[in-house]
Amino acid sequence: MPEDQADRPELRELLAALAGRFAGAVLASVVDEGELSVRLSKDALASALRFLKEEAGFNALEDIAAFDNLGSAAEGGQRFTVVYRLGKFPGALRARVAVDVGEGESLASAVPLYRSADWAEREAFDMFGVRFEGHPDLRRIYMPDEFEGHPLRKDFPLAGRTGGA
Amino acid sequence: MTPFVADVLIPVGKIVAVILYPMVMVVVMIWLERRVVALMQLRLGPNRVGFQGLAQPVADAVKLFFKEDIRQRQADKLLFGISPVLVMASSLLAFCFLPLGEPIRIGTYTLTLWIAESPVGLLIVLGLSSISVFGVIFGGWAANSKYPLMGALRSVVQVLSYEIPLGLTVLTVAFAARSMDLVEIVRRQEASGVWYGFLMPVSFVVFWISAVAETNRAPFDLPEAESELVAGYHTEYSGMKFAYFYMAEYAHMVLVSSLVVILFFGGWLAPFPSVKALDFLDVVPGFVWYLVKLMFFLYLYVWIRATFPRYRFDSLIRLVWKWLIPLALVNLLVVVLVRYLL
Amino acid sequence: MELREYDLNMGPQHPSTHGVLRLKLAVDNEVVLGVEPVLGYLHRGMEKLWESLTYTQVVPLTDRLDYIAALSNNLGYCLAVEKLAGIEVPKRARYVRVVLAELQRLASHLAWLGFMANDIGAMSVLLYAFEAREDVLDLFEEYCGARLTIHGIRIGGAVRDLDTPLVSRIRAVLERIPKRLEDVRALLDENRIWKERTVGVGRIAAAAAIDYGLTGPGLRACGLAWDMRKDIPYSSYDDFAFDVPLGTNGDVYDRYLVRLEEICQSIRIVGQALDGLPGGEFTAKVPRVLKIAPGEVFHTIEAPKGVLGFTVRSNGTDKPERVKMKSPSFINLQALDHMCRGNLFSDVVGILGSLDIVLGEIDK
Repeated sequence: MPEDQADRPELRELLAALAGRFAGAVLASVVDEGELSVRLSKDALASALRFLKEEAGFNALEDIAAFDNLGSAAEGGQRFTVVYRLGKFPGALRARVAVDVGEGESLASAVPLYRSADWAEREAFDMFGVRFEGHPDLRRIYMPDEFEGHPLRKDFPLAGRTGGA
Repeated sequence: MTPFVADVLIPVGKIVAVILYPMVMVVVMIWLERRVVALMQLRLGPNRVGFQGLAQPVADAVKLFFKEDIRQRQADKLLFGISPVLVMASSLLAFCFLPLGEPIRIGTYTLTLWIAESPVGLLIVLGLSSISVFGVIFGGWAANSKYPLMGALRSVVQVLSYEIPLGLTVLTVAFAARSMDLVEIVRRQEASGVWYGFLMPVSFVVFWISAVAETNRAPFDLPEAESELVAGYHTEYSGMKFAYFYMAEYAHMVLVSSLVVILFFGGWLAPFPSVKALDFLDVVPGFVWYLVKLMFFLYLYVWIRATFPRYRFDSLIRLVWKWLIPLALVNLLVVVLVRYLL
Repeated sequence: MELREYDLNMGPQHPSTHGVLRLKLAVDNEVVLGVEPVLGYLHRGMEKLWESLTYTQVVPLTDRLDYIAALSNNLGYCLAVEKLAGIEVPKRARYVRVVLAELQRLASHLAWLGFMANDIGAMSVLLYAFEAREDVLDLFEEYCGARLTIHGIRIGGAVRDLDTPLVSRIRAVLERIPKRLEDVRALLDENRIWKERTVGVGRIAAAAAIDYGLTGPGLRACGLAWDMRKDIPYSSYDDFAFDVPLGTNGDVYDRYLVRLEEICQSIRIVGQALDGLPGGEFTAKVPRVLKIAPGEVFHTIEAPKGVLGFTVRSNGTDKPERVKMKSPSFINLQALDHMCRGNLFSDVVGILGSLDIVLGEIDK
C-alpha cells in the first residue's frame, strides 16, 4: 500500500479557515489520508482558489480532471464535475477542490492564478465541452478544430461517429 | 612524339583526368566518411556492398541517378537548374590549377602534372572556389520555400565571412614564397627545407578552421543541419540535382584539402629530405606523397565531424569576426615584419 | 525594404520534434518571438478506451503513453489502483518495483541524452548513449521478454520475481554504464561548443517554472528540490538513500547536468535495492475479477519526465468509471513558449530536447 500520509493537522486548520471564509459555498469536505477534499459551489471557485493559492500557499496546480456524471449516481446532480488538484511544495500538502457544473454552463478559469491550468482547461473543454470564462484562448487541443462533439462524454460512442471529422 | 599527341591527345587526356580525379576522390570520400564515422560511433557502417562496403558509393550513385527529379511548380526553373551545376563546376574548374607533382620526363616530352600553371594560380583557385556561393544562393532562393532560403542565407554569410581569414592566411604563404604560383610555392618549400605549416603554424590553423567553415562541414555545418532545417539549402532537391550538391560538397573538401597540402605541407615533397636514413623512400613518387597527405586531411575532416557538436550560427559568426580575423591580421603583420627584419 | 516577422512551421514531420508534434514559430529574422505547439497528432483516445476495459486490461495500454519509460506508467497506474482498492503490496515486490522503475529511469535518460546531443550536432553521443541503453533493454528482455512496451509491473506486484542470475546481470550492467557516461561527459561537459549552445539558453526562473507547472528535472534545474520520491514517497522509496541533483540557472545546460546526475543516483538506488531485497511473499492477492467499490483516488509518482499522476474513479464494477492521467510532458510543454522567447531559432531544437517530452504521453 502506498505509504499513508499521517493525518496532517495543518489541513484541519485549513479546512476550518475555508469553511469560515466561504461558508455558504462549501458543500462537503473531508480531511482524509493527508489530503483535504472540498466540494464547492461553482460561484466560489475563483475566490476559493485564490485563497488557497495566496493565503494558504498552495503554489502548484497539479491537475484539472473533468468527469461526466451521466448515468452514474450524480454527486451534486449536475452533468459534470471538475476536480482541481492543488499541491503545496515544499511541505507536500494536497488539496482537492471539486465543483459541479451543468451542461452549457461555464466555470471561472484558473489561468490568471495558475498558468499550468491553460492546457488542462483546454483539454476539459475539448473532451467534455466545459467552458471556462476568462481563459485566454479556449479552443480544442487534441481534436481538430472543426470536430463536432466531445469525445469523453459518456454518450459519445467509443468507436466515434461515422462521418465524424 | 607527334604534335598531335603532344598538343591534342595529352591535354585532352589531362582534362579527362582532371574531371575524373575529383570524382574518384568523391567516391572515396563517401565511403571513407560513412565507414569512419560509423566506426567512431561504435557501429559498422556500410560493409555489405562490395569488399568492406567499397562499392557503396556506386550503389548510392545508381540510386540517385534513378530517383525522380521532383520539380516545384513555384520554383524558378533557371536558377533551380543552374545552381547545382554552378556549385559543381566551380570546384572542378579550380582543380585545373592544382599541381600534383614535378613534371615527368617521357623521352623528350615533359609531362606536367597540372593543366595550367599561372603566376597567380593561388588567386585563381580561391576565386573559382568562391563562385560556389552563387550556386548556394540561387539554390536556396529558387526553391521558393522557407527552410532552403534560411539555409542559403546562413551559408552565404558563413562563407563570405570565412573567406577573409582564408585570404589573409594565404597571403602569409604568398609572402613567404614570394609568389602566388602554386608550383613555385611548393618549390620554395623544398628550397627552404621547412614546410610552411611548421614555419607559420598560426596561419595553418586559421586556414584549416576557415577551410572547414568554407566547405560547410561540421562543426560549421549549420546551413545543412538536419535536425534543424531538414536539409538546408538543398532540401527541395532530389535525384541527380541533389547528387550534384552532394558530390560538389566533397569535391570542395578535396579541393581545399589539396590547397592545405600544397600551401602548408609541401605538396608532393617527401618529408625529411635531409635525413639519410630515409633515403630509401626516394623511390616513392611525389604524387603518392601528395595523396598520402591529402588523405590525412580528409580523414581529419571526418574525425572532426564525428566528434564535435554543431556551432550555432551567431557563435559561428562571432568566432570569425572577433577571433579569427584579428588573429589572421596580427599573424600577417608578424610574418611581414619577420620577413623584412631577418 | 520592409523587414517583418514571419511564421515558420516545424513538423509534424521533422527530425527533431521527438514525435509528431507541430510547432508554430513566430520568428523575427532569427530570433524567436513565440512558439505555439499544436497537439493531437498522436491522440488515440486512451482515456475513453480505458473506461471500457477492466482495471487489469488497462495496464498494458499504459505502456504506450510514455513509451520510452513504459514501466513508470505501469507503476503510476498500478499504485493508484492499489490505493483505491486497498491492496497492500508486499515489501519484496515494492523493492523489485523500485529496481525496475530506476532501471527504466536510466533507460529513459539515456535515450534523452542521445536525442538531445544528436539534435545539437554531437552525433556520436547518440550512439554511445544508445549502446548503454541497449544493455538496460537487454535486461528488461531477459526479465519479461519485452524491451519497449514492457508491462512488467502489474496490479499487486510485478510480472515475476528477480532471480539470482538476473540480479548478477543487473549488477554487471550497472558497472558498465558509468564508464560510458564518462566518455560522454568527456566529450560534452566542458566542450566549448556544447556550452555555447546550452549555457544561458532556454532559461526559466524558478517562480515561472512553478507557475507553469513544470515538474521533474526541468524544475530541479531551477534549484527547487521537488521530487515525489522524497516528498510523498511511494513503493518504499524512503528506505533508500539518494540525492536529488539540483541546478541553479534553469537553462538547458543545467537540465543536462541534472539528468546526468540522476542517472548516477538511479544506479545507486538500484544497488541498494538489490542489496536489501527482502524475502517473503512476492505478490499481493488480487482477485481475478477486480471490482472496486466507488471511490476516487489521485496518486503521483516521479517518472523520468516529471510528476506522473493518475486519477482513478471507480463505480463498483470491474471497469473504471474514469481514469485521468496527469502527464508531465503535457504540462512541461506549456513552458516551451516561455523558454524559447528571445532565443534564436537554432536554440528551439536544443530547448525542446532539454524538456524531454514524449508525444505518447502528451497526446494520450
